[in-house]
Amino acid sequence: MIRNTILAAALSLAGLYSCGGALAQNATHIRIATEGAYAPWNYTLPDGTLAGYEIDLAKELCKRMKAQCEIVAQNWDGMLPALNAGKFDAIIASMGVTPERAQVAAFSDPYSTAPNAFLALKGSGLAAALPWHDKFDLRDNASGSKEIVEKLDVALKGKVLGIQGSTTAGKFVDEYLKDVVTVRSYKTQDEANLDILAGRIDLTMANITVLAEALKRPDMAEAELVGPTFLLASGTSVAFRKSDTALKDRFNAAIHDVNADGFNKALTEKWFGVDISVKN
Amino acid sequence: MDIPFLYETLLKLLTGVPLTLQLAVSSLGLGAILAVILALARLSGLRLLAWPASCYVFIFRSTPLLVQIFLIYHGLGQFHGVRASFLWPILREPYWCALIALTLNTAAYSCEIVRGALLSVPPGQIEAARACGMSSFTLHRRVVFPLALRHALPGYGNEFILMIKSTALASIITLMEVTGLAAQLISESFRAIEILIVAAAIYLFINFIVTRLVQWAEYALSADLRPPPAALEQGGAL
Amino acid sequence: MTASDFVLGFGEAGWGAALLQAAMMTLAVALTGYAFGLVVGSLGAWAKIKGGTLLRLIADAYTTVLRGIPDILVIYLFYFGSSAVLTPLAGLFGISGFVSLPGFMAGALAIGLVSGAYQAEVMRGAYRAVSPGEIEAAIAAGMSRMTLFRRIIAPLVLRYALPGLGNVWQLVLKESALVSVTGLVEILRQAQIGAGSTGQPFTFFFAAAVLYLAISSFSTWLLRRTEGRLTLGSRRA
Repeated sequence: MIRNTILAAALSLAGLYSCGGALAQNATHIRIATEGAYAPWNYTLPDGTLAGYEIDLAKELCKRMKAQCEIVAQNWDGMLPALNAGKFDAIIASMGVTPERAQVAAFSDPYSTAPNAFLALKGSGLAAALPWHDKFDLRDNASGSKEIVEKLDVALKGKVLGIQGSTTAGKFVDEYLKDVVTVRSYKTQDEANLDILAGRIDLTMANITVLAEALKRPDMAEAELVGPTFLLASGTSVAFRKSDTALKDRFNAAIHDVNADGFNKALTEKWFGVDISVKN
Repeated sequence: MDIPFLYETLLKLLTGVPLTLQLAVSSLGLGAILAVILALARLSGLRLLAWPASCYVFIFRSTPLLVQIFLIYHGLGQFHGVRASFLWPILREPYWCALIALTLNTAAYSCEIVRGALLSVPPGQIEAARACGMSSFTLHRRVVFPLALRHALPGYGNEFILMIKSTALASIITLMEVTGLAAQLISESFRAIEILIVAAAIYLFINFIVTRLVQWAEYALSADLRPPPAALEQGGAL
Repeated sequence: MTASDFVLGFGEAGWGAALLQAAMMTLAVALTGYAFGLVVGSLGAWAKIKGGTLLRLIADAYTTVLRGIPDILVIYLFYFGSSAVLTPLAGLFGISGFVSLPGFMAGALAIGLVSGAYQAEVMRGAYRAVSPGEIEAAIAAGMSRMTLFRRIIAPLVLRYALPGLGNVWQLVLKESALVSVTGLVEILRQAQIGAGSTGQPFTFFFAAAVLYLAISSFSTWLLRRTEGRLTLGSRRA
């Protein structure tokens, strides 16, 4: 294993990657970035390999596109700039499409969808303060959201809320709760979870499947999901450079394919316990 | 080049400068006190004092500051005992964690500068002061520390700059100083390079000022080494 | 705690092997960066000592800027900025599309550039320490410039520079932890992943600190030995 690392280092020393543009359009070799720290979507095993729903999905998509794919771990907050800097050709990292992101990258059709939720410590009183468990769809419901936020305002006044930087949850908090709560921005969701347990922040907001997965760990036993859930984006999509239209079309075809024959449904059920795949 | 965007970025990043400076100045101040204590311990000749001080310096100088920050911030929070203790109100704040980590770190480096400076005080001066009947306290206050300070200043000037640079790491534990703000702006606009260059320029400017201040202090403290004023006028350097 | 649920173990659920592998990556990126820094630093020192006004100005600007901005910004800049520079450059050679540095190279080059600024100063200082008498004596003995450099200047500069270069190595080693921000799985990044996955941050960051201490102590020991060898001639009996 150690020798492999040295070998990999030597190989990457040997050359700069050249990719993208004309190359990536028909390329059989596609480099895909994921975060590797967002279980169960994508995470890193103790032996260093990547696993999760999106890793399985990416492998299947590549198989159906007859492409050779390399999946690399990449820090979340620099992912879109790094995509445009040519570090890799596609992002499969539970990324929802927002107008801001759509300005700098192209997105495939969505492959799955899950709302965001709050997590807090048991006994923090937040479960009692946020008793309703409604599901809000905030994608194009700016007026309805005002009413929710007024309810949230009272419950969350003066609380410290942690989010992972550059996420849809972060954008939601910035738009609706900025004046109500103190916001802390983390590099990874895991760090925000650690600070929930440490009591540094009162609550955190993230994809509900990710919070549910974290709650399975024994050290997270003191925490729980609280309050309503929010659908903030039309689903998670693969991101590409805007110039790579052919690559996007190939991915779209493969995504429709896995949605049509039930592969994606079965895969989401395997990883999340529920079907969160997108129907064609 | 998108000048309005750069200007807007500059204005936003400048709001982080007070926190950057506050972290640097506080940690340098507290670190200097700790450094003097550590240096005196190392020079005390008492193994019971010197050995722990040496260990401290070795450990903090051999590990990355980022690891120290994570250990203090996330690491200590792992233990219920720590979270229940009287220290927790301090340790639960990212600001204090960053300040503690920066202080402990700079103290280890500064200890070596202070030690070198103390050793550089000529024994003759100390003997002379003793012969005049100075107490140990007066001796340190009037002879050893002023002489050592002058000697330590160039090295300490470097440490100032290193610490201003080090405060950038506080952004990793959610503090919104210049680098933290830059990271936030990048995540909003995805225009990494322009924002990073503006941030770099701000640090460069701060460090330029600090370098000048240190040079001025060195000049002010070395009155005896300068030529008499007449020569100065001729040179017209000032 | 039993051996099987010890998170730093070497079994299937243990992170021990992953951390050791990450330590190799730390060494690889630090050594590459250091080597690159030596080259840049030597060039910088040469420009400062022998260069004309323009070269000196460039070298001074380089050392001032690189020592004045946080290293983490330099690493970010290299990571995000390399393609902006390399893509048009590659275009000149007829390569179309994006050309960019992988995380490892971006990190190593950034570390190299930062450490080069320090190494330039160390080597300039060492060169100044070579006494003019020795150089004059060599010239008087009829040595060519090449021989003079190879047999007199280089060995002497190396001897004087060694303690300083050792310090820079320690700096580079610690600097390599910053490369974790690009996603390269070195010691710190691996510790972060482990800490997040197990909820035991102290265990992992402590292990990371121990690994850095070990590498640092080992290299200090190695350096002392080398220093002893190189200064044999000047040691007093």
